[in-house]
Amino acid sequence: METTAVRGRLTWQVATVTSVTPETGSVVTITLDPPDWLGHRAGQHLDVRLTADDGYTAERSYSIASAPGEQVAITVERLEGGEVSPYLTEDLRAGDELELRGPIGGYFVWEPADGGPLILLAGGSGVVPLRAILRHRRRSGSEVPARLLYSARTLPDVIYRGELDQGHDGAQVIYTLTRSHPSGWTGHTGRLSQALLAEAAWAAEANPLAFICGPTSFVETAAAGLVDLGYRPERVKTERFGATGGR
Amino acid sequence: MSPVSRGFQHLRRAPAAEEDRVPPGQHMTEGFPVLSAGPTPHTPLENWTFSVTQDGQTKKSWTWAEFRALPAETVTVDIHCVTRWSKLGTQWRGVPVDTLLKAAGYDVPYVLAFCDGGYTTNLPIGDVTDGKAWVAFDYDGGPLPPEHGGPARLLVPHLYFWKSAKWVRGLELRDHDAPGFWESYGYHMYGDPWKQQRYAGD
Amino acid sequence: MDALDGNAIGGLLIDVFGTEMTAARSTCATCGDSRPVAELVVYRQAPGTVVRCRTCGSVLMVFVRAHGAIGTDLTGLASLSQPDRP
Repeated sequence: METTAVRGRLTWQVATVTSVTPETGSVVTITLDPPDWLGHRAGQHLDVRLTADDGYTAERSYSIASAPGEQVAITVERLEGGEVSPYLTEDLRAGDELELRGPIGGYFVWEPADGGPLILLAGGSGVVPLRAILRHRRRSGSEVPARLLYSARTLPDVIYRGELDQGHDGAQVIYTLTRSHPSGWTGHTGRLSQALLAEAAWAAEANPLAFICGPTSFVETAAAGLVDLGYRPERVKTERFGATGGR
Repeated sequence: MSPVSRGFQHLRRAPAAEEDRVPPGQHMTEGFPVLSAGPTPHTPLENWTFSVTQDGQTKKSWTWAEFRALPAETVTVDIHCVTRWSKLGTQWRGVPVDTLLKAAGYDVPYVLAFCDGGYTTNLPIGDVTDGKAWVAFDYDGGPLPPEHGGPARLLVPHLYFWKSAKWVRGLELRDHDAPGFWESYGYHMYGDPWKQQRYAGD
Repeated sequence: MDALDGNAIGGLLIDVFGTEMTAARSTCATCGDSRPVAELVVYRQAPGTVVRCRTCGSVLMVFVRAHGAIGTDLTGLASLSQPDRP
């Protein structure tokens, strides 16, 4: 339940960037040191605001990539022709300031007490809040069964691959590569299908809890697919990033 | 005032040569952003009609074939969105609203454009006549894409682009100016970009 | 451009309502559909922000920021219900 104080969540604050680390060729993780951070829940996001010297401002939302208790971090994908993401992924440096507010969100959040079994479905950069959930699950010692089904264009586009392949305390990770795959790839290929969902998702009888995040079309296909498998709609939580993967 | 983000330049400054074509508070864009208040409608052309109505009666109506048989013109215009982007030199092909209104006959000071999906916008009759407005069906040399208002949209380039109603299906002739969709939520009733008439009271 | 959902306006809703609202339950005044605000259909790139019912498409909420004010129109919303603070 949402119990943290309102102050600090409503207001913009200037955070110091402590590191900018590449994850893939077009994705970076930015760790932040906000002066007035009240903690966050797995699945929440924060809003970032950039200001040009003529006063022009641009705001975007980014999911928090880190678990509660870890340093605040966001993972940003560079979008072609984007206005904000090229700046965050190419220009921003440790020591810079970044104006932000958060954490925001009370729906797309998971606590161990929420139980499971958990099925997490990621489309591209939609994996970011789901990774926060997996980290929180591991850090809290939760034994809730968890599976991540992650749809990415190519293997090099998979974010957090090393961490995911190491396993998050028994959380299974299933990839599907939609654009191209390495020779010898024995995993799934192609866009998310009902057949893949039926294979990868927990049976509906287990009363699973689903979190789906990614581009709008991915989320809607996946959500409809889980409901078709018998999932209760109120246990299928969705977060849409829009066609380009950003908000 | 927010602290300046080191090195952040927004993409849209107008080059000096074109500054006088960009209204105050606007920036140029090379792209063509898609802005919408609702889902993209997909009316099949065999069901599409354009109507001029008054007091609930249809004065004149065209099917798609009849509409496309009307004389059309190609125009190149600058367009200005209230969200502050401007796009210079856009090319459209459409039927002048003059043609449609003359065929229907009119004697009113205002129109309300109505569209698939329920969007409406209001305009003075003088701002859609005298060569100032078209019902456009082609953009940039090809059919107008659905996300940009296809099969046909209103094109009124001298006003903010929310007045260039997408998925337009007709004009209602009116004695009084009544706010359309955005106008009823506080946008300016007229919308002159050169006077920055974005919101009511501007 | 694809529509987003109510998660995308979490910050705006805090500005308007003073608290997190994405988990609040909304009821459509047109069709009666009831779901969390996070699951509503959001058109964020329009001038202003339009929130629509996922079932019937009716406009539930419109937010317009202008002249130092946020105008909020909730005419299409029958009700909102949010968790009470303990």
